[in-house]
Amino acid sequence: MTVAFFFIFIIFSLGITYVAARRTRNAEHFYTAGGRVTGFQNGLALAGDYMSAASFLGIAGLVSLSGFDGLIYSIGFLVGWPVVMFLIAEPLRNLGKYTFADVVAFRLRQAPVRVAASIGSLAVVSFYLIAQMVGAGNLIHLLFDIEYEHAVEIVGFVMLAYVLFGGMMATTWVQIVKAVLLLSGAFLLAMMTLARFGFNPLALFHAASERYGAAVLGPGRLVSNPLDAMSLGLALMLGTAGLPHILMRFYTVPNARTARTSVTYATAFIGFFYLLTFILGFGAMVLVGQPAIRAIDAGGNMAAPLLAQAVGGDAFLGFISAVAFATILAVVAGLTLAGAATLSHDLWVNVVRHGAASDVEQLRVARGSTVLLGALAIGLGIAFKGQNVAYMVGLAFAIAASANFPALVLSIFWRKFTTRAAQMSMLSGTASALILIYLSPTIQVDVLKHASASFPLRNPGLVSIPLSFAVAFFVAVLWPEPEAEARFAEVERKVHFSR
Amino acid sequence: MDHLDELKALDSARWRIAVWLTVAMMAVYFGFILLVAYDKPLLTRLVLPGLSLGILFGALVIVAAWGFIWIYVRWANQHYDAKIEALRGRM
Repeated sequence: MTVAFFFIFIIFSLGITYVAARRTRNAEHFYTAGGRVTGFQNGLALAGDYMSAASFLGIAGLVSLSGFDGLIYSIGFLVGWPVVMFLIAEPLRNLGKYTFADVVAFRLRQAPVRVAASIGSLAVVSFYLIAQMVGAGNLIHLLFDIEYEHAVEIVGFVMLAYVLFGGMMATTWVQIVKAVLLLSGAFLLAMMTLARFGFNPLALFHAASERYGAAVLGPGRLVSNPLDAMSLGLALMLGTAGLPHILMRFYTVPNARTARTSVTYATAFIGFFYLLTFILGFGAMVLVGQPAIRAIDAGGNMAAPLLAQAVGGDAFLGFISAVAFATILAVVAGLTLAGAATLSHDLWVNVVRHGAASDVEQLRVARGSTVLLGALAIGLGIAFKGQNVAYMVGLAFAIAASANFPALVLSIFWRKFTTRAAQMSMLSGTASALILIYLSPTIQVDVLKHASASFPLRNPGLVSIPLSFAVAFFVAVLWPEPEAEARFAEVERKVHFSR
Repeated sequence: MDHLDELKALDSARWRIAVWLTVAMMAVYFGFILLVAYDKPLLTRLVLPGLSLGILFGALVIVAAWGFIWIYVRWANQHYDAKIEALRGRM
């Protein structure tokens, strides 16, 4: 049954790719789907890019095993969206073309800014990819009993087919289909669960507290150190506005107003989805039971599929498993496309070729980069088999928040921002996030099994984000760049009129 | 007032709203996180059977995010877009 749903999705999505491939004729189609996506469609696609299997299975699992604590994560993932809306979405749409580095480099010297932005972007994409690919391998191994390596290869090749042939158009439609499947699957599962409790979520929460004690409805051990919680919260909140695959989606809509509409829909869908995962988590806690969830996967990742089996039998389990598979595939496709855009548009076209590359060449390099990233994704997925990679999503958000977000915001807002400031802020943001996470208990204690760590916070955000802003500020004040300041008038005009 | 001053006024209004709404969102979210960190017993207290203050506040943070976005979109759709369209013709 599961296998049937799984094949239906693959065949359907490859059909979409076939149609999209025939319409993908130039670099603009490949990167932006021709800029003709509507606000509602892009809202769904943004939600599709953002709602990973880690949030569907991971948060439902966390809630099923620890109750309230899971909610802290869902909320952190959601509150980044208002920041995207207020500070980033519309200026990004009006100032850039294909990548967020277009905006940072707009009035600065191209090469140094693009190289620094690419390092940040590729670091975010790589760590996010590792987390998704390892998750995919484990999940598909559990769901379909396929060997880990084969699972990683299947995800890699199918995803490669979408991006390579269908570009942004296929990726967008795969995201839309996935978002609709995930939202309706989670909604159906939540309703079938609530049907056992008179459609009253409070009755479900009450049943959970009767069985596992009132503590499951309140904060537990997850947040023991307030600074840790602030650090993670800051990285989640500002990191969303620095994720290359999310930022890239704003170029698929025709204007700033539709960019605004996209974020409105995306936030509505994502918020609704996280409210649902909470019901799913408590549902699994009560209807499946914690011992049964732990018995299959100690991290609780199987809570939602087990709940589907408990309330809807094997057919429903098959459907939810196929939805989880579609979720992973779509997120990986979005990441690969964003990484390919960085390699081809930022590094090849704007650094190596100084902006002078024919359309045929651009498209060829973009497709070559896609193959390279697909191979990298499969390679990393296999290389990190059996490793604890749970921290990598948090690390990706920390780099996005420390390297990409400060430079992006300052290039839009700050007249006196300079090339050297952008470069140093992005490099120090990436480096400090990487070094601090290496010194933190996340790596030293959890991964390397040392007794203690020299840096106390589990997520570097609280230090690396202010550091990146401070570096930008001091470098810009010490080494002013009059040409960049003079060209700010263009930014001020284009940010409103897009021309 | 000439159109450049008008654009400047609209520009600062846009950024003022954007920054205040961002600050408001951060205040709500970090307020929630600090309560989770410092006053666990308060959040464990039940308002109704099955509904703890923690779950209620958590859901309210999501509702607040929707609310702030609603405020911004209302302002942008009703004031900002119209003014930009009017200015675009004269620039």
